Amino acid sequence: MKQSLFENRHKAEWERFALALERLERGKDTSRVADFPKAYRRLCQHLALAQERGYSSFLIDSLQQQVLRGHQQMYRHRSRLGANLLGFVLAGFPRVVRQEWRFVLAAGLLFFGSLIGFGMLVFLFPELVYNLIPADQVREMQGMYDPVAGHLGRSADRAASEDWVMFGYYIMHNIGIAFQTFASGLLLGVGSGFFLFYNGLIIGAVAGHLSEIGFGQTFWSFVIGHGAFELTAIALAGAAGLKLGWALIAPGRLTRGEALRLAARQSVLLVCGVMLFLLIAAFIEAYWSSRTSITPLTKYLVGAGLWLAVALYLLFAGRTGHAPE
Amino acid sequence: MLEHTAPPRKATLIPPLDTRHQVETPEGIDLPLRPAGLPVRAVAFTIDLGLRGLICGVLFIVLAFLGKLGMGLGSLLLFVVSWWYMVLFEVLRQGRSPGKQWMGLRVVHEDGTPVGWSASLLRNLLRFVDLMPFGYLLGAISCLQHPTFKRLGDIAAGTLVIHSERPLVRPTLPEAAPRRSPIALTLSEQRALLGFAERQGELSPARVNELAALLAQPLHLSAPHAVAELNGIARGLLGPT
Repeated sequence: MKQSLFENRHKAEWERFALALERLERGKDTSRVADFPKAYRRLCQHLALAQERGYSSFLIDSLQQQVLRGHQQMYRHRSRLGANLLGFVLAGFPRVVRQEWRFVLAAGLLFFGSLIGFGMLVFLFPELVYNLIPADQVREMQGMYDPVAGHLGRSADRAASEDWVMFGYYIMHNIGIAFQTFASGLLLGVGSGFFLFYNGLIIGAVAGHLSEIGFGQTFWSFVIGHGAFELTAIALAGAAGLKLGWALIAPGRLTRGEALRLAARQSVLLVCGVMLFLLIAAFIEAYWSSRTSITPLTKYLVGAGLWLAVALYLLFAGRTGHAPE
Repeated sequence: MLEHTAPPRKATLIPPLDTRHQVETPEGIDLPLRPAGLPVRAVAFTIDLGLRGLICGVLFIVLAFLGKLGMGLGSLLLFVVSWWYMVLFEVLRQGRSPGKQWMGLRVVHEDGTPVGWSASLLRNLLRFVDLMPFGYLLGAISCLQHPTFKRLGDIAAGTLVIHSERPLVRPTLPEAAPRRSPIALTLSEQRALLGFAERQGELSPARVNELAALLAQPLHLSAPHAVAELNGIARGLLGPT
């Protein structure tokens, strides 16, 4: 068949397809596109025919363009965000955490190990803190958690109306750190390892120092509540990063690129969970931890409850086969 | 020895001469995508960076009037703009952030489908590594040595930045009486002849004559009228003779 005959015969069909395509791309009025898949496959057949019969480049190129646009509408990844989110929170996230327990364990040991280790060291050898943190920052920290100051948090003259400011600040700051910890795992895991260790070191040194000089009560009662979510989230972000790095170091029977892609798909789920945790943490930090009217004992009890809840959630949520879908 | 005579299940494609990247669809069609290189992507990123600065600047001025509440909103805004600007635009606007749209680029999955939430989030989170140690050095190295110009984030997320398709304009064929080819033509020869006729308007007359002269002898055409006769053959391939 000659090209002009071919074009004349199918012209009307192609124009109809172009119209349906535009409607789909604009995403409105998708009621009249029921026969889109059929029309798309017809178009694919026409393209194959045109190529096989050596028709002109213009015809083939324009058919190819239409097929590409059709392909993008036909095979787009649709996600029902609402339903997925609930399933992810109730079952998906803790499952992923348990599935990746090796990385979670490694990241947890690195982070909490350096945190506790340096905390003990600074508590036993108080001068050490000045080797780890610059002196003026240490003084700033002391100002924040001084028991005689009425307020807690990042600044000494903190008022309740500033809760909003701190909420925004915590989100910006903490999720930023978590993202960095995750992303730098791509450098063969070294970056994640470094950030886990370094953050553990700083937090540990501050905790040890403040306990040692007698500000322990204000400090621990402040951090215990949101710490359950915040510290766990940092460790999990590090675990996701280590998974990326490990895929590059030991890809197994896959190519490195393929292994990295698979690992990344899994670890992005961890990162989504981490964001959720940090949102909760920022909320608790801004609206609960900073309250000075609540007795430390209540804060300790609630904090311990939160730690227990996080542990139970990560260990046991979604274990049943018929987890909420 | 039967398996040797059976046609290969997946025929190997002839790699194109240019940087096009072939994607095979479930329908058995090979779609050529045109990956975008480093310079055009750098320009697109710069535009996005400027735009983000502008958004932040304008909104901070507005938020400054709101006092404490404004400061909190400001931090939230900074967070959204620095980490989510690209993701939101890429997912909600068919892979195009404003800078990319300006430069005619878009982000797709490796299989040519529009980029989704997880892939977009991944490629934009890993941008942090591409930026290291300074000024996109790792990203640039990765982009320059990769056959489809992927930075590290693209490799991990399985995404591709491509040139968007531009609408094609139907070329006008030069007037000539349709005629048959004196010898049987193969498919690629047919396409070459049609290409010669379609692109004639873009070439200088001297170059047209030069190209036609090359074909005069193998096609048994008279050299002085080679161009007209080639156009005739092209017309003959298109329509009735």
